[in-house]
Amino acid sequence: MTEPILVTQGLCRRFGGLMAVNDVAIGLDTGMLHAVLGPNGAGKTTLINLLSGELPASSGSIRYKGEDITRLPPDRRSRIGIGRSFQKTNIFPAFTAFENCRLAAQSRIPRALHVVSDATAFPPVREAAQHALVATGLATRGDRVASTLSHGEQRQLEIAMVLATAPEVLLLDEPLAGMGAEEVARMVELLKKITRDHALLLVEHDMDAVFAVADRITVMVNGQVLESGTPDEIRASPAVRQAYLGGAI
Amino acid sequence: MMQTWSRPVKTRIVLVAVLALLAFFPFAGATFYTELVTKVMILAIFALSLDLLVGYTGLVSFGHAAYYGIGAYVLGLLTPKYEAANLWLTLPAAIALAGLAAFAVGIFVVRVKGIYFIMVTLAFAQMFYFLFHDTRLGRGSDGISMNFKPVATIGGVTPFDLGNATHVYFFVFAVLVLVFLFLRTLLRSPFGRALQGIRSNEHRMRSLGFPVYRYKLASFTIAGALAGLAGYLSALQFGFVNPELLSWHQSGNVLLMLILGGQGSLYGAAVGAFAFVALEEVYSSITTHWQLLLGATIIALVIFLPGGLASVAGRFKRELIG
Repeated sequence: MTEPILVTQGLCRRFGGLMAVNDVAIGLDTGMLHAVLGPNGAGKTTLINLLSGELPASSGSIRYKGEDITRLPPDRRSRIGIGRSFQKTNIFPAFTAFENCRLAAQSRIPRALHVVSDATAFPPVREAAQHALVATGLATRGDRVASTLSHGEQRQLEIAMVLATAPEVLLLDEPLAGMGAEEVARMVELLKKITRDHALLLVEHDMDAVFAVADRITVMVNGQVLESGTPDEIRASPAVRQAYLGGAI
Repeated sequence: MMQTWSRPVKTRIVLVAVLALLAFFPFAGATFYTELVTKVMILAIFALSLDLLVGYTGLVSFGHAAYYGIGAYVLGLLTPKYEAANLWLTLPAAIALAGLAAFAVGIFVVRVKGIYFIMVTLAFAQMFYFLFHDTRLGRGSDGISMNFKPVATIGGVTPFDLGNATHVYFFVFAVLVLVFLFLRTLLRSPFGRALQGIRSNEHRMRSLGFPVYRYKLASFTIAGALAGLAGYLSALQFGFVNPELLSWHQSGNVLLMLILGGQGSLYGAAVGAFAFVALEEVYSSITTHWQLLLGATIIALVIFLPGGLASVAGRFKRELIG
């Protein structure tokens, strides 16, 4: 078996005396959606921050395509193909939805330092941006200033921006939070579609959605991995039932 | 029937009118005003250079006069005692050295944000100030008086005379237009778009894969080089340089110009420079305590017109049309 595209070993992050992420080993494979569940404060967002490089690891390692990236800054990780979305919408509010995505796609062109050409004139970048808008259901919203979009649409834009950077690994932090039922359904379809040729890590509270799309589920409690397995294994796990699901499933 | 113009067309009409006014201004007479407008246009270049940082990259520098002063001192120091320096050698040197100084300082300062950025840019500017004020290099607080204006001789031809106020006016006017066009092109480029992204949301830019530090450093360097250009022109116009050119008052004044005109707008930066000098002239003719009036005006402006003078047109239209 080949090594997963993104894999961690003994990953830890300490905040003072608190172990926010404690000895986590997790692997992501292309074509697989790996969901991370856990109560608030379980360390899910911290885990994403460690994988995306926003936070340095206290100890442990992260490997991407066989190379150690534990010390790589976030912009480098993005450029080698690890994209992330944010739990709290993190967009360019004064720019149009299209420009949000165009800027994201622009980060992929090596000629970013070109200073005399018109930024909006690069066809591949425009196409990537438009494609991302269409994929997330924002095709008709391209000209709208991002801050005037509805909350749900801003959440969609959040994902569109990640897609526009053409990542190989997507780390999605509660992408469905605050979306309406219709938007959730569309996003679930989109997640399934993206999963075919990407590796996804999904942090999400919407249980129905998670069990509908996940190929693997890891349950975290107090920064540690409680259980990891297929959705069926997680459903059947006594430890998970007791600690987290409370017998609800 | 009312003719409706699209916004870009209107802007263009105003722009052409202003350019035409500036182009014919020296022929209207008084040398005093020709020299005053020359000074204003130099300050407009200075304000434009700072707007790249403040208005488009989100870096509020409180030490931008350092690079203005360095540009000026390059001419002062490169002008020999008994003959004139050449414009085409000293001007690029001023731009390059100011840019180099900004690059060196930028390596340290663009790592920090907000109030810390303001303080460290000020600290570095003060270091440059005292470098010229207290060492033999800058020849002390009196500065350097140049006995000769630079000559514009190139290939045996002298296309204009920098000893002539009208010629200086048109040379500065041309440089202002070039700087404006350069910045406009820059801001529309992928690089410029990235800077504006950094101003809007630096965190997201980094997570989208932009090496934010390098972009900020490049912006800081370009802004410094352009400030050096403005400083050079100032030294050229007045024929002397002194450490006050690098003082924090000067850094503050250029920030006030941006606040007056409206940061994040190239027109605003230029308008702000004009407004600042106009207010200074008017108020100082009324009272010796003119800075009090200027301060009150700026406070009123920040309260009632936070977008600066450049936002007046749009605001006026909204009030009328509703």
